[in-house]
Amino acid sequence: MATVTFDNATRQYPGNPIPSVDKLNIEIADGEFLVLVGPSGCGKSTSLRMLAGLEEVNGGRILIGDRDVTNLSPKDRDVAMVFQNYALYPHMTVADNMGFALKIAGVDKAEIRKRVEEAAKILDLTPYLDRKPKALSGGQRQRVAMGRAIVRSPQVFLMDEPLSNLDAKLRVQTRTQIASLQRRLGVTTVYVTHDQVEAMTMGDRVAVLKDGILQQCDSPRRMYDHPANVFVAGFIGSPAMNLMEVPVTDGGVDLHGHTVPVAREDLANVGKNVTLGVRPEDLELSSDQSGIPVTVDVVEELGADAYIYGSTEQKLLEATGENAGAVPFIARVDGRRPPEKGDKIYLKPKSGHVHVFNAESGLRVGD
Amino acid sequence: MTLEITTARPESALLDLPWSTPLEEWPESYLAALPRGISRHVVRFVKLGPRVLAVKEIKDDIADREYAMLRNLRRLDVPSVEPFGVVHGRTAADGEPLDACLITRHLQFSLPYRALYSQNLRPDTAVRLMDALAVLLVRLHLEGFWWGDVSLSNTLFRRDAGAFAAYLVDAETGELHARLSDGQREHDLDIARVNIAGELMDLAAGGFLEEHADPFEVSASVIERYHTLWNALTGTERFEVGDRWRVDERIRRLNELGFDVDELSMTTDIGGTEIVITPKVVDAGHHSRRLLRLTGLDVGENQARRLLNDLDAYAAATDRQGDDEEIVAHDWLAKIYEPVTRAVPRELTGRLEPAEIFHEVLEHRWYMSERAGHDTPIEDALRDYVATVLPAKPEEKAVLGVDTEEMPVISRFD
Repeated sequence: MATVTFDNATRQYPGNPIPSVDKLNIEIADGEFLVLVGPSGCGKSTSLRMLAGLEEVNGGRILIGDRDVTNLSPKDRDVAMVFQNYALYPHMTVADNMGFALKIAGVDKAEIRKRVEEAAKILDLTPYLDRKPKALSGGQRQRVAMGRAIVRSPQVFLMDEPLSNLDAKLRVQTRTQIASLQRRLGVTTVYVTHDQVEAMTMGDRVAVLKDGILQQCDSPRRMYDHPANVFVAGFIGSPAMNLMEVPVTDGGVDLHGHTVPVAREDLANVGKNVTLGVRPEDLELSSDQSGIPVTVDVVEELGADAYIYGSTEQKLLEATGENAGAVPFIARVDGRRPPEKGDKIYLKPKSGHVHVFNAESGLRVGD
Repeated sequence: MTLEITTARPESALLDLPWSTPLEEWPESYLAALPRGISRHVVRFVKLGPRVLAVKEIKDDIADREYAMLRNLRRLDVPSVEPFGVVHGRTAADGEPLDACLITRHLQFSLPYRALYSQNLRPDTAVRLMDALAVLLVRLHLEGFWWGDVSLSNTLFRRDAGAFAAYLVDAETGELHARLSDGQREHDLDIARVNIAGELMDLAAGGFLEEHADPFEVSASVIERYHTLWNALTGTERFEVGDRWRVDERIRRLNELGFDVDELSMTTDIGGTEIVITPKVVDAGHHSRRLLRLTGLDVGENQARRLLNDLDAYAAATDRQGDDEEIVAHDWLAKIYEPVTRAVPRELTGRLEPAEIFHEVLEHRWYMSERAGHDTPIEDALRDYVATVLPAKPEEKAVLGVDTEEMPVISRFD
């Protein structure tokens, strides 16, 4: 087991003026589950492949533990790509299916058996070791495939969108399995996905990339509560955060006559306008017609809660990533008494639950 | 949802296939054969008019991606199966949406490795299969294609004048880059090493592998052969300025390996005493392209080499070496090649490809001549071959079978 360090790691393809991964700096702790997430073309897969040794590193370094692996070939890095090829062989026993790659690597028989038995225990496959894969259920077969990676006992597991060809229901189940398995094994894992929900539910920490540049690397909680910039704010969370440009006033920002308090020192150098972000669950109905006027277009009732999707004169910033194009104003309201379609309502952010960003740079203002 | 069929060859018969039924449940009346193994995805072979198509049920975006990838590979002239179309918008009778289907054409006269191993393999056949796979991998890598799932199961083999030519069947995991890094190539080789050894170990466990064949040695031989070929094709050579013949020698060597050199970089050192050459662009198919140009015959690389040799022999025997090559080739085609391939009785035409039959007749003539102690005319060799050898051969025009006897790992949960 080991730490992983991206130290100013850069990948620029020949003929491309902009690096695909630009000076990436992340330190991954021993045993940590780190998820790289971002829209397509953001550099997340490239970063993973740089770590795997599949992409040349044009600048900076990559370390596994204290070892500089920047120029090592993939097989000398002691990393395992999981799920790359998950074929099982029908004439071979489950134990052989799990251990045969070790045989190729020249590991001796007793050691192979030992590692296979250990992995089988973790995967609940002990009773099946001498059976053929045909006798197993789908879930068990999948665990055999995981076992193939586990018996190699690599220092780092790498997973590149391993769930992308599963349907939604299987994805959720497998997600849970991988996360719990990783915790039991305690092997440092780097996982790539384009799905922010997957990222937020699986990772100890999540690294959001865009255009080859790391936007933020934090725990899911911190990322959700303190997005570092407008991009992360719009990318993380479903439904997406409402983002709008509002004028700065004395003591805060103005939202249709309602002043949202913001610390004076935070607004010292931001100019006339800022970008204000409010998550749908951080809004409440206002009784005095102050706040954002919204006309309800759709009410999505979920039992305890309801989401309303409305339109407003307030100009909204387009969301990013998979939320792209979603520009209605979204609010979560009490599911027992939701407004009706066509109603005009007024919404105010709950106190202390707003995110303020510099309108020019997009960077977070204040805490 | 509406059914949406994307294909380069619109064929209305496609609409008659039971798209609203999950592929696994397609009635036998549509099927050309049932696959022998269990593949990672459901795959079926269907008959559509004169041709056999392979239909694979996969997620919509993956189907589109693989279809586009296979089309790109065809454009790059890499040996691979021919994509036929993608079917989207399938809905079951109960309204449930079904996965998309990727349709490819079955490659005639191709053989899955399991079919080859289930026949009585000559000891050197296994070696030739590995050679063919190594050549395919080198060709793919030269074009910047990273396969990601190199295996015998994902390859089909065609006989090629005693040797084999390998074709890529499954491009699902593949990626096309401008150029592959050494790390990417190494990774593919590593995957090949593990998969091939696994597949051969599985054959051994099932009792299909000869006892003396060692799966590890065989899979290692692919890697070795790959490196040899890769270095021969791309390696840099240095020599003294006076040894300029070595440039031509290098090109001739590459031609012999079946490659043309499209671009070669030549530099001298500062003192001008040493020349450094590196082939930059090499193209497979040196012999097959030449034969195609001369005769219009489109055959495998080794078959082409064999046919060209016979063409040369014909030119020498008829004392026409100084004549226009194309005219001689035309005569050879009309007087030698076509009479031989046409003489095969209709019921035996499904045994081997015409060019392969021609190659075998030449071989047969050689053996007959050796036994007789004098030259045997090709007509005699042909008569004897059709009477005694060809009828004993298995039918190979449409050997079907997914033959990845592999289990769906991510299929469904208990």
